[in-house]
Amino acid sequence: MIHFVLLISRQGKVRLTKWYSPYSQKERAKVIRELSGVILTRGPKLCNFVDWRGFKVVYKRYASLYFCMCIDQDDNELEILEIIHHYVEILDRYFGSVCELDLIFNFHKAYYILDELLIAGELQESSKKTVARLIAAQDSLVETAKEQANSISNIIAQATK
Amino acid sequence: MFIHMLGYPTHFGQMECLKLIASAGFPEKRIGYLGLMLLLDERQEVLMLVTNSLKQDLNHSNQYIVGLALCALGNICSAEMARDLAPEVERLLQFRDPNIRKKAALCSIRIIKKVPDLAENFINSAAALLKEKHHGVLITGVQLCTDLCKVSSEALDYLRKKCTEGLVKTLRDIVNSAYAPEYDVAGITDPFLHIRLLKLLRMLGQGDADASDCMNDILAQVATKTESNKNAGNAILYECVETIMSIEDNGGLRVLAINILGRFLSNRDNNIRYVALNMLMKAITVDAQAVQRHRATILERVKDSDASIRKRALELVYLLVNENNVKPLTKELIEYLEVSDQEFKGDLTAKICSIVEKFSPEKIWYIDQMLKVLSEAGNFVKDEVWHALIVVISNASDLHGYTVRALYRAFQTSAEQETLVRVAVWCVGEYGDLLVNNVGMLDVEDPITVTESDAVDIVEVAIKCHTSDLTTKAMAFIALLKLSSRFPSCSERIRNIIVQHKGSLVLELQQRSIEFNSILEKHQNIRSALVERMPVLDEATFSGRRAGSVPAAVSTSSGASLNRPNGVFKPAAAPIADLLDLSSDDAPTASPPGGDFLQDLLGVDLLPTPAPSGASQTAKAGTDVLLDLLSIGTPPPAQSSSSMSDILSSSHDNKMLLTNLDGLMPHSLSTPAASPATAAPVLDLLDGFAPSPKKKEENGTAYPSMVAYESSSLKITFNFSKSSGNPQTTLIQATFTNLSPNVYTDFLFQAAVPKFLQLHLDPASSNSLPESGNGSITQSLGVTNSQHGKKSLIMRIRIAYKLNGKDVLEEGQISNFPRELLG
Repeated sequence: MIHFVLLISRQGKVRLTKWYSPYSQKERAKVIRELSGVILTRGPKLCNFVDWRGFKVVYKRYASLYFCMCIDQDDNELEILEIIHHYVEILDRYFGSVCELDLIFNFHKAYYILDELLIAGELQESSKKTVARLIAAQDSLVETAKEQANSISNIIAQATK
Repeated sequence: MFIHMLGYPTHFGQMECLKLIASAGFPEKRIGYLGLMLLLDERQEVLMLVTNSLKQDLNHSNQYIVGLALCALGNICSAEMARDLAPEVERLLQFRDPNIRKKAALCSIRIIKKVPDLAENFINSAAALLKEKHHGVLITGVQLCTDLCKVSSEALDYLRKKCTEGLVKTLRDIVNSAYAPEYDVAGITDPFLHIRLLKLLRMLGQGDADASDCMNDILAQVATKTESNKNAGNAILYECVETIMSIEDNGGLRVLAINILGRFLSNRDNNIRYVALNMLMKAITVDAQAVQRHRATILERVKDSDASIRKRALELVYLLVNENNVKPLTKELIEYLEVSDQEFKGDLTAKICSIVEKFSPEKIWYIDQMLKVLSEAGNFVKDEVWHALIVVISNASDLHGYTVRALYRAFQTSAEQETLVRVAVWCVGEYGDLLVNNVGMLDVEDPITVTESDAVDIVEVAIKCHTSDLTTKAMAFIALLKLSSRFPSCSERIRNIIVQHKGSLVLELQQRSIEFNSILEKHQNIRSALVERMPVLDEATFSGRRAGSVPAAVSTSSGASLNRPNGVFKPAAAPIADLLDLSSDDAPTASPPGGDFLQDLLGVDLLPTPAPSGASQTAKAGTDVLLDLLSIGTPPPAQSSSSMSDILSSSHDNKMLLTNLDGLMPHSLSTPAASPATAAPVLDLLDGFAPSPKKKEENGTAYPSMVAYESSSLKITFNFSKSSGNPQTTLIQATFTNLSPNVYTDFLFQAAVPKFLQLHLDPASSNSLPESGNGSITQSLGVTNSQHGKKSLIMRIRIAYKLNGKDVLEEGQISNFPRELLG
């Protein structure tokens, strides 16, 4: 199972964290510090796996972002690489050629997408289309709710005129 | 939340999240759950508050809201919540919408992980999920089954019976399925599902021949048909190999799997190589022979530039080593050691050492390899490794000459390797004569000529080298001492080297050099016996000790024979065991009883009693001196045949004496009331042959005098002495001198002391003090310290006198009494 997902920028800034195993705030900060130190210093030609405290951390770099996932010793690292790639492709499709700034300003959306992809540290959906469809449906739900709210306030505003 | 991501505390947000979740609209709930998952984890109490809202949302009519609730539940639920909400989740497994079903399945995974008892409730619904067509549900269903199998053997049996065939069929369908754009990854249909199916099959096939049989065909198909030029394909192959390795035996498939790994190993992609090594490590338990075939490639990987791969490869090589291939493999590894980078050397040496130790076919080879390792990476070698090496060397009596010469040569080239220096120094000290005389020459070595002074040279280098640490230096001293008797011609030079360190700042070295110096100067008659070659170290004892157990029968043949005649340490088996304790104990002041001290005196760390057997036969004089050596700080010789308890009782003094050796003040301190009979102070026993107590008492007056008080007009000097037989009382002779040009009249000196002191003032010699230091007043004081040995003297003084008819008052505090007074 995946214990946590980290997105770290090349400067060591954290862009997204998701914890599927319980870590206290202190531990989280420590993990992030340790891992960003290890991962950011690794050369480009090296393999994408790091042994870390009895777990394996699989990371992959996309532009200036490092996507890291921590897994158990007996999990399939190559598959995790595929999952990372899967996630990136979905983000890409959703934002339309995603970049770091998209994730900074729309971090909540990145979380929603991740929630559609992974639950409890396991893969939930292998189809990019399905994820996109679900996210779109929920987004439209939010939109209609907003419009309703707006229209109600409009009505009230008009009524009170 | 953004604040949270930046790492600031966000407790205030938690309650807001709860409120949002409880509100009615979807957007609010969405944000609320997002915050909940980010800000809370299962260990926080606040979480209990959401249980109710979660329950409501799980029954909500809007499927997206149900989805949100399931998602949150899956990510952060605690054991209590799992229990409370399990029925809801179970019901949702049959929900009409596949997206909810898959979420519910993953939630169930979390639930059964938290509460394994609930597993049986889910077995049926999980098995039903396996028949799904929808990939998402199928994947999650397979995962749920895998986890069910992990937590419950009941589920494993059930699924094995009911579902194996179905799963094989599903897998076959997927492998053979036509191009499906929705699930396609690099030309392979849904690799994720592939992998998960294989994983579940592995669970089912493990330990069950029938089930394994059932999946043979499909595994072979996957292994051969999957393309390996893309990561996704490799991931499947990897999983497939793992499954083949763990299901029940099938020779043909195994060969196929190992071949795949062989291909992986020579792949250009680092990731693939990494997983191949990983897999081979597991495969080695199944089929070591097949793995051996790839030895050369694996060895190549040890030299990879990537730390992760290197580490794996090294571990694998370590597993690969056996009696037959240990020589070539070690050779390779040691060659690589020369070029590897610093941080890897530590790992590498540790592994080489343990390989060499475990599989060494013969001693000479072991010694050879270890010397190579030491000279390449001596600084990374752990203590127990070189301890073990010394034990082996001392046991291989026919190789002593060879070893010491090899070490001599190695020392010339790599003197910066600490452990090499230690071993070399030890061997030169022990077998120096063999080094010089080329005794025990083997055919393979080149003859070298070493003169006696060359041998001394290297030890001297070891002492002088600034990088040598305390242990090394101390060992070098002992080696010198031993050499002095082996090479009488160099004796003088050795003495000079030793004397140089008399003023060393390090207590241990100073003490050692002084002791050795006196052995060299005064005790020629016993020296040779004292520094005889060490008895063979007992390998069994050593290994037993290393294993952490205290050896019942310590090979104290040396120690016992040394001590018994003197009757001092008879009950001291334990301290003597310390003699053989190879761990370094450089803090003599910290070690309580005399036994430890003995260890320090005669053998630092590694060098237990060199003196042994000879001593018992030496002349009485010799024994006496030896005894003195042993009992420095313990009661004088006459007393030393008394029982151990005496020694223990005076161990307190030992410590004090040791501290005082520091100052090297010949002083007469005496023991506290505990052993009044031995009150006669022990004064540098090494110097005189058992000097008489009286003599020492005379020495007792040699405390330095001090200027206790000085102002522009007055100076007070204290001279100290101790009353014989009563160490607590210090006699002070105070001398007052007038520095001003006027006469002081009605001179009065007063002193006050804290409660633990008692002060006795004798009348002053006069009450008028002539001007300009033309005369002085003397006055004696007696100070009795009830806390003698613990607290030092302290005194407050007041001097009153009349100057030209006017009263003058001066006050001061004296706390800088000489430390020696403290005893």
